[in-house]
Amino acid sequence: MRRRTMLAAGLGLAVAGLAGAARAEDVIKIGEINSYSLLPAFTEPYRKGWQLAVEEVNAAGGINGKKLVVVSKDDSGKPADAQTAANELVSSENVAMLAGTFLSNIGLAVSDFANQKKVFFLAAEPLTDAITWSKGNKYTFRLRPSNYMQAAMLVEEAAKLPAKRWATIAPNYEYGQSAVAVFKKLLSEKRPDIQWVDEQWPPQGKIDAGPVVQAVAAANPEAILNVTFGADLVKLVREGNTRGLFKDRKVVSFLTGEPEYLDPLKEETPEGWIVTGYPWYSIKTPEHDAFLKAYQAKYNDYPRLGSIVGYQTIKSAAAILAKAGSTDADKLIAAAEGLSVPSPFGEITFRKIDHQSTLGAFVGKTALKDGKGIMVDSVYRKGSDYLPSDAEVAKLRPKD
Amino acid sequence: MAFYFVQFLTGLASAASLFLVASGLSIIFGVTRIVNFAHGAFYMLGAYVAFSLTERLSGPLGFWGGIVVAALAVAVIGVLVEIVLLRRIYHAPELFQLLGTFGLTLMVEDLVVLIWGPDDLVGRRAPGFKGAVDFFGQNIPSYDLFLIALGPIVLGALWLLFQRTRWGILVRAATQDRDMVAALGVNQKWLFTSVFAVGVFLAALGGALQIPRDAVHHAMDLRIIVEVFVVVVIGGLGSILGAFVAAVLVSELNAFGILIFPTISLILVFLVMAVVLVVRPWGLFGRKEAPARRTPGLTVIPWRPLSSVERLASLVALAFAAMLPFVAGNYALTVGSEIAIFVIFAASLHFLMAVGGLASFGHAAYFGLGAYGVAFLAKMAGLPMIACLLLGPLLGAAGAAVFGAFAVQLSGVYFAMLTLAFAQIVWSIAFQWVAVTGGDNGILGLWPEKWAASPSHFYWLALGVSAFVVSVLRLITFSPFGYALRGMRDSPLRSESIGINGKRIQWTAFIIAGTTAGIGGALFAYLKGSVFPDNMGISLSVDALVMVLLGGVETVPGAIFGAIVYKALNIWLVSQTDWSKLVLGIFIVLIVVVFPKGIVGVVESIMHRRRAVAPKAAALSAKMEGAQ
Amino acid sequence: MSLGVSLLSVEGLSKSYGGIQAVRNVSFMLQAGEILALIGPNGAGKSTCFDMLNGQNVPDSGRITVMGQETTGRKPREVWRLGVGRTFQITATYPTMTVRENIQVALVSHHHRLFDFWTPMISIERGEADRLLDLVGMAGYAERPCGELAYGDLKRLELAIALANQPKLLLMDEPTAGMAPRERVELMRLTAKIAREQSIGVLFTEHDMDVVFEHADRILVLNRGSLIAQGSPAEVRANREVQAIYLGEGLLYDARHREGAPA
Repeated sequence: MRRRTMLAAGLGLAVAGLAGAARAEDVIKIGEINSYSLLPAFTEPYRKGWQLAVEEVNAAGGINGKKLVVVSKDDSGKPADAQTAANELVSSENVAMLAGTFLSNIGLAVSDFANQKKVFFLAAEPLTDAITWSKGNKYTFRLRPSNYMQAAMLVEEAAKLPAKRWATIAPNYEYGQSAVAVFKKLLSEKRPDIQWVDEQWPPQGKIDAGPVVQAVAAANPEAILNVTFGADLVKLVREGNTRGLFKDRKVVSFLTGEPEYLDPLKEETPEGWIVTGYPWYSIKTPEHDAFLKAYQAKYNDYPRLGSIVGYQTIKSAAAILAKAGSTDADKLIAAAEGLSVPSPFGEITFRKIDHQSTLGAFVGKTALKDGKGIMVDSVYRKGSDYLPSDAEVAKLRPKD
Repeated sequence: MAFYFVQFLTGLASAASLFLVASGLSIIFGVTRIVNFAHGAFYMLGAYVAFSLTERLSGPLGFWGGIVVAALAVAVIGVLVEIVLLRRIYHAPELFQLLGTFGLTLMVEDLVVLIWGPDDLVGRRAPGFKGAVDFFGQNIPSYDLFLIALGPIVLGALWLLFQRTRWGILVRAATQDRDMVAALGVNQKWLFTSVFAVGVFLAALGGALQIPRDAVHHAMDLRIIVEVFVVVVIGGLGSILGAFVAAVLVSELNAFGILIFPTISLILVFLVMAVVLVVRPWGLFGRKEAPARRTPGLTVIPWRPLSSVERLASLVALAFAAMLPFVAGNYALTVGSEIAIFVIFAASLHFLMAVGGLASFGHAAYFGLGAYGVAFLAKMAGLPMIACLLLGPLLGAAGAAVFGAFAVQLSGVYFAMLTLAFAQIVWSIAFQWVAVTGGDNGILGLWPEKWAASPSHFYWLALGVSAFVVSVLRLITFSPFGYALRGMRDSPLRSESIGINGKRIQWTAFIIAGTTAGIGGALFAYLKGSVFPDNMGISLSVDALVMVLLGGVETVPGAIFGAIVYKALNIWLVSQTDWSKLVLGIFIVLIVVVFPKGIVGVVESIMHRRRAVAPKAAALSAKMEGAQ
Repeated sequence: MSLGVSLLSVEGLSKSYGGIQAVRNVSFMLQAGEILALIGPNGAGKSTCFDMLNGQNVPDSGRITVMGQETTGRKPREVWRLGVGRTFQITATYPTMTVRENIQVALVSHHHRLFDFWTPMISIERGEADRLLDLVGMAGYAERPCGELAYGDLKRLELAIALANQPKLLLMDEPTAGMAPRERVELMRLTAKIAREQSIGVLFTEHDMDVVFEHADRILVLNRGSLIAQGSPAEVRANREVQAIYLGEGLLYDARHREGAPA
């Protein structure tokens, strides 16, 4: 059999399909990667956000007169596929920089790729601390407030609670593990009197909520830290409500105030949870009003947190490209370090020391209104206030 | 004490939902021998349809009616699938149906997002079962009590159906001996269709009943499918009581296991399955399968080594492939390298599956072990790339030697599921042992050394290794060892009676396949510059299966073509569209219908028919003579 | 092999399945070059007996010795290594290989070359395989896919596979079942000829009494698991008990012979 003939033919086919796409001189391309097919609930609003940003940038004259084009690729939720996509964007599309990603391991994979290929990478959503600290590199910047920052914001509130017996429920993977670890460490530092009485580690996406709720209840904690999200959170909340787990207990919960996670809960939203999130309905600042108006006008839908992240990723990228006046990676890094850009949440800065942006988050409490979950008493916490000292950061980050 | 009792009940409630879905799968497999990968998709469809119905219909009748109507509606879809798709491929090579149902699953995953949108949907609570019952200060959700009652009711109903109706008796007979039922003149077509309908109904019902306690979303199918397969296998294929007992066993072990080891859920079902299969090779209530009777006059074309013309053609093709760097850019070369690596991976599974008749559902474990082997050697021991590439695959070999020793004691689906269990155990170690493996964040920074760093050099390396591995596997296939291995596949009885130690042959083949998969993994680690637990995950194992089946499991070069077509198409589609699963699914289903022996299989049989019209006729007349 | 030591010696072989005694205290001997038939009505225990001799089945008690070596409870593959060839009642061959390859696998096993990973099979023992095919009258069939063979040809192929082991002892379970009458005679004549020429002992079971009485040197008669008679064809023919069993079953051999009914 002519097996190798087919090998060549197959490769030829791949080449034919992947090559092409003529480039124009007056265009600047950003290569964008995200888990569109695996996590549509989060990446759809995100895509709408960055599309809005691209429109705005080009309406305002593009980047130093050049039109901004975003070439977007799906990573199917796999690090290996994300690298294939990154490679295509860099090698075939000749993008000026990479941006995007949602899952931490994919963010890290692309970050490592960027470091190897010497390409600028602006990580949008991955939360892992490793991406800016233990596995940080000079080519990678990150927009969203990290795990550490969100934990620090929540710990500030948690420390005020009288509760001494704490239990944790977190998905069994790096995000859940490090969220719990940082939260525990920071809270124990502030409140040495606290006891950690139970921890539950359901597999991500596969929580068997009944037994987990029972097990936590059996430990009789006064407060609970929750890190689950998405479908797991729905199951946990439903079981917890029915079994009375949350009655007379304080709950502190990562990300639950984000519309992506809060809205599906509808009338089952538990009240009084201390959460980080995005109460788009109660933010009254000119920057946010402008964003909200533009977003609603374009999509006839309300923004999710993903919309903000997508929007701000491209806005930040455009600002970096404009300042650098070049697509050279080193010049982009120089431009990005210390750069301040406006955002719907106010001005943010990309720190020189660890390439983390100072974008913050809203901390507030969950409540029920007209059969829907909302965030009340929410306060914006600036990212810059919840990062360790520069000396500590320097220790965390490998030398370039 | 009250706590333990309530925890026990909670476990029972989890078991009930698991059992509903598992029983359907067990019935379908027992009778049709179809590994219905789409069972999870039907479960998910049941939930989505029930969500839509229960949101629109009001009142208790609306809710319960909606649940039942949803299950019935999905069962009708199941019947259509059976008639349009599965009927065409019952006589295809073993496991080919897996390919078809896998294609369906891919389609459904995208279709539900297109129809119902990307957001998680939270349905109504069940009327009359919204609250909880107080039990000595512990709350038991009343819906849990409903499910706990439902499990045995369904078990009883199925028992009546199978013991007391003519249809049930036929189904049981077919479970034990398909050929016999066919010989009795029962209309097998409609028996299969009705069995499939019942199985799908149970899956959809299981999904619909999740509405009051779960969120409906597009990944529900993957969450359940592997788990129910495991439950069915632990219980014993085709045994409904077994599925029930296994569901209870797994759920209770989980409910109490998390009290001691909160991280146990990740791996529990696979641990249970591995232990059960090692101790009881046919599951708790299963019986040893009667070996499938091979029909004389089988359409398999005897394999033969390449003729000198074909060998020349292969070399020319290889030379052409080697010229790619002169015409293509870096991205195409990297894709070429990836395809070459997957040719190695697919060829290694093909060797086990096609030559050895041992379909592994966990072959990614050895690919991943090879990759991690490289990562450990490079990162911890600091060895140079060449040494890593040579030694890394030995981790795959070692894994295959250990797990293979247990796995080859089994055969058929039990072999497949034991390999899956081992793969999941290895995966969970990589996932959980953060200190050594970096957990799901993986090990980064494994880039090739200078001599192989450029895309063209790496491509030549990958292509060269791929050609070498494929040639070696082909050489082995046509060596005495390869024949002995095929002999074990064709007739273990004959092999044993001519002095062949079949298990040793199969174990050796398992190690060969594991080592070559490890070679692919080692190259992959350098291609991507990193390793992740994903590299040994279920989806990669399924990819390998799909490549082999797509190419043609009854052919020698099938895996090569399967890997090239599937991988190239997959990369291209993911790059071009967010609906790659939908398109890929449609493509696979079409391939299944048009090429029921795989791509190469169909091409070969067309060529063979042209070449061999005359000898076939002679054989036919000889056969008639013999039968007179 | 020295005279006096029998090729196969069976002492007190017994096997029961859940209370049913399938084989009861069976003892017999087989000498080199001798052709021994094992007959009996359906369910008499012939196949169980055979499976125990071959290692397919483990006896509850008793002792089997092949060429001076005890083989009781040994695996079939170990029995084959002692120089025992076996054919099956329902043929077991490799349907996806050619006829020649079926024999080559047996030859390779005989020569301990199963773990040869590199030499192309096509060049191994080809001549010997063709010689064996020629011997059983299948010279023209070498390239045929085994799955396409007629039943009688499969039986002959099985004989050739068994001979690949250069056996001292042949165990043939219903070697002519399902064959046309003319083919039966041919196959048994061939077997007898090979056995005499190469001094191979043959033990076979058979329904066709014609075949049995024409070719067997001695006959063993099993009934309900027990050996009820043994001796030369003439002795067995004259045995009242044997006659009673066959008459009682309505299966008198000469009646069957006259009708030419299939087994």
